[in-house]
Amino acid sequence: MASPIVGIAFGNTSSSIAYVNPKNDVDVIANPDGERCIPTVLSYVGEDEYHGGQALQQLVRNSKNTIINFRDLLGVPFAECDLSKCSAGAPVVEIDGKAGFVVVRGNGQQERLTVDEVVSRHLNQLKLAAEDYIGQSVAETVVSVPTNFTDAQKKALYAAAEKVGLKIIQLINEPSSALLAHVQDYPFDSDVNVVVADFGGVRSDAAVIAIRNGIYTLLATAHDATLGGDALDAELIEYFAKDFEKKNHSNPRTNAKSMAKLRANAELTKKTLSNVTSATISIDSLADGFDYHASVNRMRYELVANKVLGRFGQFIEDVIAKAELDPLDVSAVLLCGGSSFTPKLSSNLEFLLPESVQILGPQNKNATNYPNELLACGAARQAQLLSNYDAEELAKALEPVVINTEHLKKAIGVVDAEGNFVPVLFAETSFPVKKTLSLKSAKGDLLIGVYEGDHHIKETVREVDPKDGNNKDEDDDESDWSDDDDEPDVIREKHYTLGTKLMELGIRGAQGLEISFNINKSGVLRVAARDLKSGHVVKGEI
Amino acid sequence: MFTLPALTSDIVVQINAGASKTAPVRRPIEPVGRAFMHHAQRTLRNHTWSEFEKIQASQNVQRVDESKVDPDEALFDTELTDDSLLQHDPRDWKTADLYAAMGLSKLRYRATEPQIIKAHRKQVLKHHPDKKSASGAGLEEDGFFKIIQKAYETLTDSNKRMQYDSCDFNADVEPPKKGSKYDFYEAWGPVFESEARFSKKQPVPTLGGASTKKDEVEKFYTFWHRFDSWRTFEFLDEDVPDDSSNRDHKRYIERKNKAARDKKKTVDIGRLVKLVERAMNEDPRIKQFKEDEKKEKERKKWEREAGARAEAEAKAKAEAEAKLKAEADAKLAANAKADKKKAKEAAKAAKKKNKRAIRSSAKEAEYFGDADKAATIDEQLGHIVDSLDDEQLVSVADKLKADASATKAVLSDAAKALVDAKKLPASMLTYFS
Repeated sequence: MASPIVGIAFGNTSSSIAYVNPKNDVDVIANPDGERCIPTVLSYVGEDEYHGGQALQQLVRNSKNTIINFRDLLGVPFAECDLSKCSAGAPVVEIDGKAGFVVVRGNGQQERLTVDEVVSRHLNQLKLAAEDYIGQSVAETVVSVPTNFTDAQKKALYAAAEKVGLKIIQLINEPSSALLAHVQDYPFDSDVNVVVADFGGVRSDAAVIAIRNGIYTLLATAHDATLGGDALDAELIEYFAKDFEKKNHSNPRTNAKSMAKLRANAELTKKTLSNVTSATISIDSLADGFDYHASVNRMRYELVANKVLGRFGQFIEDVIAKAELDPLDVSAVLLCGGSSFTPKLSSNLEFLLPESVQILGPQNKNATNYPNELLACGAARQAQLLSNYDAEELAKALEPVVINTEHLKKAIGVVDAEGNFVPVLFAETSFPVKKTLSLKSAKGDLLIGVYEGDHHIKETVREVDPKDGNNKDEDDDESDWSDDDDEPDVIREKHYTLGTKLMELGIRGAQGLEISFNINKSGVLRVAARDLKSGHVVKGEI
Repeated sequence: MFTLPALTSDIVVQINAGASKTAPVRRPIEPVGRAFMHHAQRTLRNHTWSEFEKIQASQNVQRVDESKVDPDEALFDTELTDDSLLQHDPRDWKTADLYAAMGLSKLRYRATEPQIIKAHRKQVLKHHPDKKSASGAGLEEDGFFKIIQKAYETLTDSNKRMQYDSCDFNADVEPPKKGSKYDFYEAWGPVFESEARFSKKQPVPTLGGASTKKDEVEKFYTFWHRFDSWRTFEFLDEDVPDDSSNRDHKRYIERKNKAARDKKKTVDIGRLVKLVERAMNEDPRIKQFKEDEKKEKERKKWEREAGARAEAEAKAKAEAEAKLKAEADAKLAANAKADKKKAKEAAKAAKKKNKRAIRSSAKEAEYFGDADKAATIDEQLGHIVDSLDDEQLVSVADKLKADASATKAVLSDAAKALVDAKKLPASMLTYFS
């Protein structure tokens, strides 16, 4: 068996590797320490290089030699780098116009590492972990990257991987990767619009994706480099710091080491609170020799982090608006990334968005329990798919001629017996496309009216039902404490109206119909209705 | 699902020619997933939808074909091999052929656990009383179904199956009849194969063919001579009554069973020993090996005696040569003797002739004109002739022959020589002096 192609999710905070095992299941590969979600951290102690969780631990004692959050620096000129994220680790310096790090190796010798070198070493560690796990050499990979990764960044990533003997056969967008992994296990039963929200460690990305016949189209993307798990941590840290100060009259914020300790433990507490409703934090000698021990419940945490959690909701609403869609047009929000474990995030979104929108987070039974592994799983699925194609074919497939396709602006559908529009091909369907719907119950002489549909949101105001109570006083008393507010309910509904009439087909004596819609490359729509019993076909073309 | 409106007017196809769709937008699609790869294939190869669907469908059909066929199905019986099983009394299930009831008559002891489960399912689907009653039979006609259930129970329990396999005489292959003509390997191969199922030691060496090496054949027979069988005959035990009222009877039955089992086992071992013995006696390879051995022995003996044989041969040859030589010598001697005699006689004859020639020479020369003295001449000539030795005789005769005219001179010379040699007194040769 040829060595499998692995999928790598390369994140700022953590990375994952996955491959499709011979049983056709996706295996997320654990490194020798058993971490499936491997922290993207490299640390140097003397001659030794530490990676993953071991390196993360060094952040407290050896922060100057520990490199964190380096992914987004790759391929970016030094002047444009956002260095704020790296302040807790090794200092960033400029090397040849690129970002770089200075670490102290054995004998007090300094080593200057460019970010490219750091990425290479990180990828090499991932590669070693994968080889260790699979037991075969790994040479090819599919890597998922954010949608706003520039060409320069992609080029730098290719080069960094090439340096350690990893050939990147395709870079795929993170939201598509997550969706691919999700759809593999929980397929959508129709064409839908999905928001893929990636709440990571230090940044958040969201994308609105239209799924049409299995083809994904990015409608809009949004990025927030300040919104992530660390923002939640910061709130929690501030809370603990205040608490500590009150108890011990000592400020841990002034000491970098204290902060590092607090950060590490606060993160752990946050993760615990995602699973259970109360957690403890205990740090020996946090500041000035004082130990810190406290217990916090989930409610408290959610209150503390309420502001940040609110931003996540806003972020999703923004991206939907950016795609010029209404929340009703969206069928689901797929949560991925480590921060999506936070239960409040899902419940916030559920509250914020209409009921018709499914929140596919770890709390939903129709979604994976490990949203942080989705990206790697998607990359692995794509890798498996690509193993059936040769490089030349893939290169051709990735050419703009193939990728850039026409998309319908408006939905095309038929009119049903009540005169309502039934969409068959939704807006944003890329063509050429063919879609068939079969109506087994259709019998007799029938008219098929093919129209374009305009959709709009209908807002109906539901009047508050007048209370049927006879006693007005009683009613007043009730209204003081009753939740039954006076504000009218606004019910928003999605509706289609008939637009341009395209064609009409008449069929006589039908015994079950199969109607197929086919749009070819040049945009010609062909509608054919076939009688299931007699095989009689009526065709129209526009 | 929705319903379509009824057709009111007479429309077949009516295109709203004036209308056009809203202009499409060009956007990139995400290059991930199977659907995209299909899209790319269609675009790159310029397939239309129907062409592409055809290709996909043919690929799917292939995939299904590959996965659908269950290799076990072919090994099961398609129908019941023995129809009498349907009438078999389920209380006597032990006497029924359980493998045949399960549709495993081809596989028997070779059937694996999953195969048994599969076969059972198949048989149950076919012979379940509910199914039978649907086709008119009464619900109580479930004898065969009970046998199937018993068979399943027996064959899925490893211990019970071992006991049943021990007594599954249908799986035994009879050795060929004595005295009949048969191909040894074809006839005996299956016999040993079926006996091999009882071996505690696995794998069992196979009979092999005509070209099998000697050591392998020997190994084969050594194995079978020391065959360790797990065959037991518990399955044929008489049922032990489980009523506690008569313990003695129970023990008696148990003892009887044990004795019967032991007896059967002994008989079986004896049978196998005889079988192997017979096979070995009939094995053409063993015969061949024996013959080869004999030949080899003879060849070795021949080689060992090579020295002595060469010596004897040499001796005989020398004797023959000596004999030949003696014979040749004798012959040669005889020849020489004869030659000598002949020469002597010839010499004698020549001498006589010479003497006569000399004697007559005077007469032929008409006594040299002295015919009156003929008597004297002859007399004296006689003396000369008698006195001349052989050589002188020859030379005189030759001289006379050569020149008849000089006869007198020749004779005179001869007479002179004789006188000089004092062989004759000159007085006796007065004429020639």
